[in-house]
Amino acid sequence: MSAVEFRDVSFAISGRTILDHLSFTVERGETLVLLGRSGSGKTTALRLINAMLMPTGGEVLVQGKPTREWDPVRLRRAIGYVIQEAGLFPHFTVARNVGLVPNLEKWPPAKVNALVSELLDRVGLPASDFAGRFPRELSGGQRQRIGVARALAANPAILLFDEPFGALDPVTRLDLQNEFLRLRSELRKTSVFVTHDVREAIRLGTRIGLLREGCMVFLGSPGEFDASTDPEARAFLEVLHAE
Amino acid sequence: MLSDVLRDLFEEGTGLLGEHLMLVVTSIVIACAIGIPLGISAASNVRIRRFALGFASIGQTIPSLALFGFLIPIPFIGGIGQHTAIVALVLYALLPILRNTVTGILGVDPAVHDSAVAMGMTKGQLLRMVELPLAAPTIIAGLRIATVTTIGTATIAAAIGAGGLGVFIFRGIASVDKLQILAGAVPAALLALLADAALGWLEKRWAVKQTIRG
Repeated sequence: MSAVEFRDVSFAISGRTILDHLSFTVERGETLVLLGRSGSGKTTALRLINAMLMPTGGEVLVQGKPTREWDPVRLRRAIGYVIQEAGLFPHFTVARNVGLVPNLEKWPPAKVNALVSELLDRVGLPASDFAGRFPRELSGGQRQRIGVARALAANPAILLFDEPFGALDPVTRLDLQNEFLRLRSELRKTSVFVTHDVREAIRLGTRIGLLREGCMVFLGSPGEFDASTDPEARAFLEVLHAE
Repeated sequence: MLSDVLRDLFEEGTGLLGEHLMLVVTSIVIACAIGIPLGISAASNVRIRRFALGFASIGQTIPSLALFGFLIPIPFIGGIGQHTAIVALVLYALLPILRNTVTGILGVDPAVHDSAVAMGMTKGQLLRMVELPLAAPTIIAGLRIATVTTIGTATIAAAIGAGGLGVFIFRGIASVDKLQILAGAVPAALLALLADAALGWLEKRWAVKQTIRG
């Protein structure tokens, strides 16, 4: 059973088709990068996985069960979600941000605290320094690390990343990409990662799915992507070679 | 003797001030009890929002003296006295409270709102843990405007026999007695300033509390 499966999924809003008959699977432990220009539908596809949106055609299966049949709250607590600018709660300390889902799940406070410390260490921000700070007291890169720690908190089987490193400077971005690779080799989570940065896609993806105007025009390994003759794939590769 | 006059004014004034406070506090409490829940549902529903804000805006446009007059002949809510005044004052206080509740909740950063939903917060948790705390300074700002204007508008309530500091003002106007007018106007103004400062402090404290510590 795949971690995530799109079965002939379409999504339209006010008469405009965003996703057009999309079918693909995300296998356990892999990182599928959804690559595409702005407006290609990649974020929409991501939001269909945790039932932030519902398909208007076809179905999305998570762990074999259509998102329609999941209790959305249960589904979302089983899926980590990291977005650009992290979306941290400005009125919560770092510790409360990271411990959010375990707290919602009513874990005993001692257990939450231990987990928060462990996660903060894991993302390189020691709890002794950072647990009591507020998001505004952190740099962009630190906020994003906290975002990752928060997403890992409930030990979700699946992680969704929506251009998480898009707003960071190139040096910090590279740092966090390396962090991502390190965490992946340690934790072996299934990830779906949305980006418009072809370099990031090739670095992080075990497979790349290329979206163009709501259709998946390419799906394969970074090596296959490099050799693809699809015009959209060539256009993205040209960006890489122009640099 | 002037001192006797002042003493009488002071004695009567204490009672009128009490009435005034009662009118204001009751009206504001009712306006909050209606406005905040209505604002919460209006924030998540466009139809309720249009209807509620439209209704409250219309209420706001009616001149206050006219509104007090309109309410007198209406059965149950109308008539002479305090309850009619309270109905009118609630109508006036409603708009700023309602509007600021809606604005505050809709003003929550979409990224914060989305990540709260994506973390698996229920609607109630989202409201309690994210939307209301982040909207609180805006809601308090609305409460502040409502309170200050209600303290002023409540002086007109004396025209329909609701008492309060307006009694001095209307009597002073009728008898061309400046001292009486001032005896009503000055305490009302001071009360408004005091409420403004207190709620302003609360508003600021809340905003600071949520970004610095706690």
